[in-house]
Amino acid sequence: MAQIEEVNVDQFRHLISERALTGETMLLNMGPQHPSTHGVLRMLLELDGETIVNAIADIGYLHTGIEKNMEAKTFLKAEVMTDRLDYMNPVGNNLAYCMAVEKLVGLDVPERAQAIRVILTELQRIASHLVFLGAFGLDLAAMSVFLYCFREREMILDILELCSGQRMMTTYIRPGGLWRDVPVEFEAAVRDFIKIFPKRVDEYEALLTKNPIFLDRLVGIGVLDAATALQHGVTGPTLRASGVNWDLRKARPYCGYEQYDFNVPIRTEGDTFARYIVHIDEFRESLKIVEQALNKLPKGPVQSENRKFVPPPRSEIGVSMEALIHHFKLWTEGFPAPKASVYSAVESPRGELGVYLEGDGGPKPHRVHWRTPSFDNLSVINKITQGHLVADLVAILASIDIVLGDIDR
Amino acid sequence: MDKKLEKIVQDLQMKFSTSLEEFRDEVHVFVKAENIVDALTLLRDKYDFELLSALTASDYFPQQTPRFHVVYQLSSLARNITVQLRVAVNGDQPKVPTATRVYEVANWRERELLDMFGIEFEGHPDPRRILMPIDHEGHPLRKDYPLGYEEPQFTFNYDDIDLKKIYAKE
Repeated sequence: MAQIEEVNVDQFRHLISERALTGETMLLNMGPQHPSTHGVLRMLLELDGETIVNAIADIGYLHTGIEKNMEAKTFLKAEVMTDRLDYMNPVGNNLAYCMAVEKLVGLDVPERAQAIRVILTELQRIASHLVFLGAFGLDLAAMSVFLYCFREREMILDILELCSGQRMMTTYIRPGGLWRDVPVEFEAAVRDFIKIFPKRVDEYEALLTKNPIFLDRLVGIGVLDAATALQHGVTGPTLRASGVNWDLRKARPYCGYEQYDFNVPIRTEGDTFARYIVHIDEFRESLKIVEQALNKLPKGPVQSENRKFVPPPRSEIGVSMEALIHHFKLWTEGFPAPKASVYSAVESPRGELGVYLEGDGGPKPHRVHWRTPSFDNLSVINKITQGHLVADLVAILASIDIVLGDIDR
Repeated sequence: MDKKLEKIVQDLQMKFSTSLEEFRDEVHVFVKAENIVDALTLLRDKYDFELLSALTASDYFPQQTPRFHVVYQLSSLARNITVQLRVAVNGDQPKVPTATRVYEVANWRERELLDMFGIEFEGHPDPRRILMPIDHEGHPLRKDYPLGYEEPQFTFNYDDIDLKKIYAKE
């Protein structure tokens, strides 16, 4: 009892109801070390019995100061930090950052690199959604889905390892193109995956979609209407499950997404089940994009030839003095960027992943800001959990698919 | 500049006498701090800018005064255009009216700016730190806040080091 009296209510007094002070409702901590908060997130719950009156999110436990750290590194070296933001989507983060750098300095990317970027980010989207689905099942006590999902995720991580040497934290996409071309085994590995995966999605659906217990837990829970979602800056599958047709891949195509034929899955219910279905449908759409991109993968270079920004290949350094100078200059001093700012956004598995990048005429960014989708998506949690049970909070948290590395940066 | 955007920017210019900057097809409109809430409301209600994509800030210490720029990145889903509003804020008592009543997403984003830059948002419903611990001193993303390499603060030398911390105290 002594511990409860020590809690200082003043700092969040304005967020809880009067009834909490009289002891009519109870304040309860969920987290920061709780398996279903998907990382180190603390939820301060005000409970009336088992019903949630207020759910106050307390974030920042995973704050690593990435924005500040990037200011101290050159544009090329800062990219390593981008992998560590949303650790379920490192390829997508690389892409967002590289596109911002390319926009800032005005750098063109060859077509082959664009196509490989699309293939890898879509595979990464599938991998991220697989973690979503696995963890979602796990939170709702459907243990076996997790094991199936991670089996397929492993195939994707193997493809990433094939290309970059790393399963996660790839840093494969670089400003001006890619680190290097994909190996010869790449196409066969992706084709294997394309062949196997549709059947596996049906398998997950057979386990979950019509399962009555699963439906009971999800349908009508955590309803988010479109207006509230937009007010709170919610994007990605969570917004699309509320009936808003907004996908940056369609709205402002980048990396040649306009060439590919795919649909944007929309649901109008806005509840937890709708968010689950949108994720499932996105598996199929992403796979469609991967297949199309692989079928018409153009030949050619995968890096811009502009040696002021892109380091020369290793083979040139031994024979060309110019190449050696460029290599040395780029990795010691870096390249200068104009004194201006750009905002560039991509569609990450969680929503609009935006990079605000500002140069100051020197080789280091003046300011990097990450507009991370999880941050804004989580801010709506109080609105959509009120009146639901604690067990539903777990389902809702899982359904908005947050990654704490993405939130805290 | 995008045709669709031209009219909107002109309207902003007429109502709030804003100034303009363009870089790589992006339009940055400089608005005075006292007009920002009206400008955001106008853009949201009349020109369908439903989404406040990003709300951030940049510190130009010591080269430039006013020291901070608060950046509002707006998207219109219906018209598929974006515009950026910028508010220049003085360094001694950085204050901007809150945009929470126009876009609720501003609530957490403004808390982040309060935490990271020490920019105060007048009328904010929940002005607490969001990422750093509540007893943290200083504002990490300010340019005069050191990145690291300073002597670690332990119990025995806490006061000594505290005296040397000239940066960014409230």
